[in-house]
Amino acid sequence: MENNHLPNYLEYRGKYKGLLGWLTTTDHKRIGLLYMYSMLTFFATGAVLGILMRLELIAPGKQLMEAQTYNALFTLHGLSMIFLFVIPGVAAVFGNFILPIIIGAKDVAFPRVNLLSWYLYIIGAIIVLTSQFMGDGPPDTGWTFYAPYSLKTQTNVVAAVLGAFVLGFSSILTGLNFITTMHRLRAPGMGWMRMPIFAWTLYATGWIQLLATPIVGITLLMIAAERLLGIGFFDPALGGDPILYQHLFWTYSHPAVYIMILPAMGVISEIIPTFSRKPIFGYTALIISSMAIAFVGYFVWGHHMFTSGMSTGSRWIFSFLSFIVALPSAVKVFNWTATLYKGSIRLQTPFWWAMGFIFVFMIGGFSGLVVGSLATDIHVHDTYFVVAHFHYIVFGGTGFAFFAAMHYWWPKIYGRVYNAKIANIGLGIFFTGFNIIYFPMFILGMQGMPRRYYDYLPQFENWNVVSTIGSWIMVTGLIIIITNLLRARKATGKIVDDPWDGPTLEWSIKSPPIVENFEEIPVVTTGPYEFK
Amino acid sequence: MYSGASNLVTTTDNVFFLIIGISVFFLIGISATIIWFIIRYNNKKHPVAEQIHGSLTLEIVWTVIPLILVLIMFFYGWAGYSPVRDAPKDALNIEATARMWSWSFKYPNGVQTDTLIIPLNKAVVLDLISIDVVHSLYIPAFRIKEDMVPGRTNKMWFIGQKTGTYELFCAEYCGLSHSYMFTEVKVLEQQEYDNWMAQRSDTAAQAVAMAVPGAAGRRLIEVNGCLACHSTDGSKLIGPTFKGVYGQTITISTDGQTRQITVDDAYITKSIYEPDVDIVEGYRKGQMQSYKNQLNDQQVQQIIEYLSTLK
Ligand code: HEC
Ligand code: HEM
Ligand SMILES: [Cu+2]
Ligand SMILES: [Cu+2]
Repeated sequence: MENNHLPNYLEYRGKYKGLLGWLTTTDHKRIGLLYMYSMLTFFATGAVLGILMRLELIAPGKQLMEAQTYNALFTLHGLSMIFLFVIPGVAAVFGNFILPIIIGAKDVAFPRVNLLSWYLYIIGAIIVLTSQFMGDGPPDTGWTFYAPYSLKTQTNVVAAVLGAFVLGFSSILTGLNFITTMHRLRAPGMGWMRMPIFAWTLYATGWIQLLATPIVGITLLMIAAERLLGIGFFDPALGGDPILYQHLFWTYSHPAVYIMILPAMGVISEIIPTFSRKPIFGYTALIISSMAIAFVGYFVWGHHMFTSGMSTGSRWIFSFLSFIVALPSAVKVFNWTATLYKGSIRLQTPFWWAMGFIFVFMIGGFSGLVVGSLATDIHVHDTYFVVAHFHYIVFGGTGFAFFAAMHYWWPKIYGRVYNAKIANIGLGIFFTGFNIIYFPMFILGMQGMPRRYYDYLPQFENWNVVSTIGSWIMVTGLIIIITNLLRARKATGKIVDDPWDGPTLEWSIKSPPIVENFEEIPVVTTGPYEFK
Repeated sequence: MYSGASNLVTTTDNVFFLIIGISVFFLIGISATIIWFIIRYNNKKHPVAEQIHGSLTLEIVWTVIPLILVLIMFFYGWAGYSPVRDAPKDALNIEATARMWSWSFKYPNGVQTDTLIIPLNKAVVLDLISIDVVHSLYIPAFRIKEDMVPGRTNKMWFIGQKTGTYELFCAEYCGLSHSYMFTEVKVLEQQEYDNWMAQRSDTAAQAVAMAVPGAAGRRLIEVNGCLACHSTDGSKLIGPTFKGVYGQTITISTDGQTRQITVDDAYITKSIYEPDVDIVEGYRKGQMQSYKNQLNDQQVQQIIEYLSTLK
């Protein structure tokens, strides 16, 4: 590189060097990477647990482990995938790295609070993980901590809920930070209706994080108080109500699904225009649909409780609203599809990831109609159908978008391109494995196999075998994908600033970006996706 | 599908058919469109993209059409489901009780079983009771499921329309042996059902059957779900085996103090009424629920009599 250039954020040497420099950084880009590597670690942990569960389920009867171990595995798997991977997910990694740049800012509004968020995240994660090793054994409640079982089990539930409680603060602070950043720090000329869709989805997400997370915080504290002090909130033996717990839990945890998925939709909305060489179709519609999802998403939590004994009135209202909340997602899919029309499509890796996303996300969404409808949900609720549904939505949605974002912005982050051929092969294997592991679960659920089952009747064996084989294929793909990216940080990658001719602001600067992103803050004169 | 095993199967499966049908249609339609666009507007064939920003008409079209479709799906889902809520007045009322990790069913005349036995073509209402944590009674063949929530009584009803034996699962996670919390539903011809019921409730015949030492205790152990956790053949389940337990010397711990005792009537009674006081070494507290409200002194005595026969 040329002489006397401004140091990029990777080279930059602040007060401390090396690891300490990273641990005390307030640079949004470095914090983004701190999140990325922590999250990949937890994702890998969760994936190993998933593989072990699938091995146990390859045949009826005991294969590898006892029932107690299996129950602890799916609990930790759910906890780490949900709370440590997909809830912070795309927002914490790419929101941090990309959001300030894409709106033309030097950093987020509160850089130090941003670092605090990461520390809270790590502390929460450590508490959750130590719950595995301390007390009377790893929690075995499932990630939902349903009362009164979570009050009765002898396992170490308190540590796990306190961990999740701390994680909530991390999420709230990140949301607050991003909202403020967008209100205060957009580049001159970037009115709200010139803000890229990715930023808009983070904006909608920020509000959900801010307004919904406190509810789960209180709920988890109530569990801890009931276990430690014997205050009867949820256990009928103490005068409490188990259904109250379910309401409180899902009042957060359903909107949390949108915390996971909205930024993912944002990523896809960035990738598709870049590789179609034309503006996103229906910019305003995409923004309205994001805000609609965030808003209506508050009022559908009851669809997790159709069989709980809720009143008839609430059952149909929640079913009705669940169908309504499907619409904005459908609108997004139509707009993405329409963006391809009369484009000049470049078939590069991030584009393939976006297409993979749309496909699995559609399957996830359509299966959501089955569980949103009362008659059918009664049959498939709490069966493998639901396990398939949420893996398609959460892993297929957020997970795919996470990898799509890695492939799209990796050259921005490290200034180097990865080997596209290996990346495409990895994606192909991963996509195939993904469908082989999860699609059979729909069939198992329709056949009536309940979820969270350590053991099952022989008639369910065939599809379980298929699913387990799928898990091996998928993990092979994952290994290829991740090693290919990691290698491209150094030796293999060619040096570039902008391999995709991207339209948005992050592609107007050097890769890797300099410390405060812009030598001079840009002035924005057009909408976000203008190709000359 | 469409087995007709209960009155709910056809309506539910119709809704499945409707939703999955619409879904597959759109999944294939949209995927095909995307593939076609990718081929048609590939940058090799179509080097210059047309800078289209959107179309209000299209936005309206693809909001309104899905809106109509989801309303249709919602409606049929609701319509297919609403009969689930009101049971006919003359239905047979059975009390279904769940505990970790077994089921018991109590008929109006007091007969108790661990499998659900019902007459063909007769509406059955289950009162759903849980004595510990949340469970969920699920009969896949009947397309029905409802949670059993401690502290309240939910209800479910259905009509068995085909004789046969069907699986009954617990669908809500309830701890260690959740996946073994399994029993069966038997749908019998009315005549067969009446015969069975007559035999079970014929006090004289029962008295003869129960005269065998331990038979009454054995029945109690079956219908109260003890066998989910205790074996009678020496194998270790969640709790210690009943085989040879009576008169054995075992180590227990009470409030953290361990001591040796010999299993006698008083100890067994206490184990059943206050299971968390004395904990057998190698087992965990909090697994077994108290049976104070389910078993009276006389019944506990019958259980003890049965246990003493298991050598
Ligand atoms: C959920 C599982 C479970 C169920 C159901 C259950 N038990 Fe237990 N039982 C246990 C466990 C675990 C122990 C050992 C820990 C303890 O001593 O409390 C135990 C201990 C006992 C003991 C003491 C045994 C010994 O070796 O000292 C007796 C007697 C007993 N149970 C009887 C019964 C009877 C009778 C029933 C049915 C009415 C029953 N149990 C149902 C789990 C269960
Ligand atoms: C990497 C490969 C993965 C495999 C092999 C896998 C496998 C499984 C299986 C088999 C179950 C069902 C357990 C049961 O009900 O008995 C399960 C549950 C679950 N999975 Fe995954 N999964 C994977 C990735 C993910 C990802 C990426 C996420 C989230 C983004 C996720 C979230 C969950 C959740 C929340 C549950 C429910 C846990 C519970 O019941 O409490 N999984 N997974
Ligand atoms: Cu939900
Ligand atoms: Cu259960």
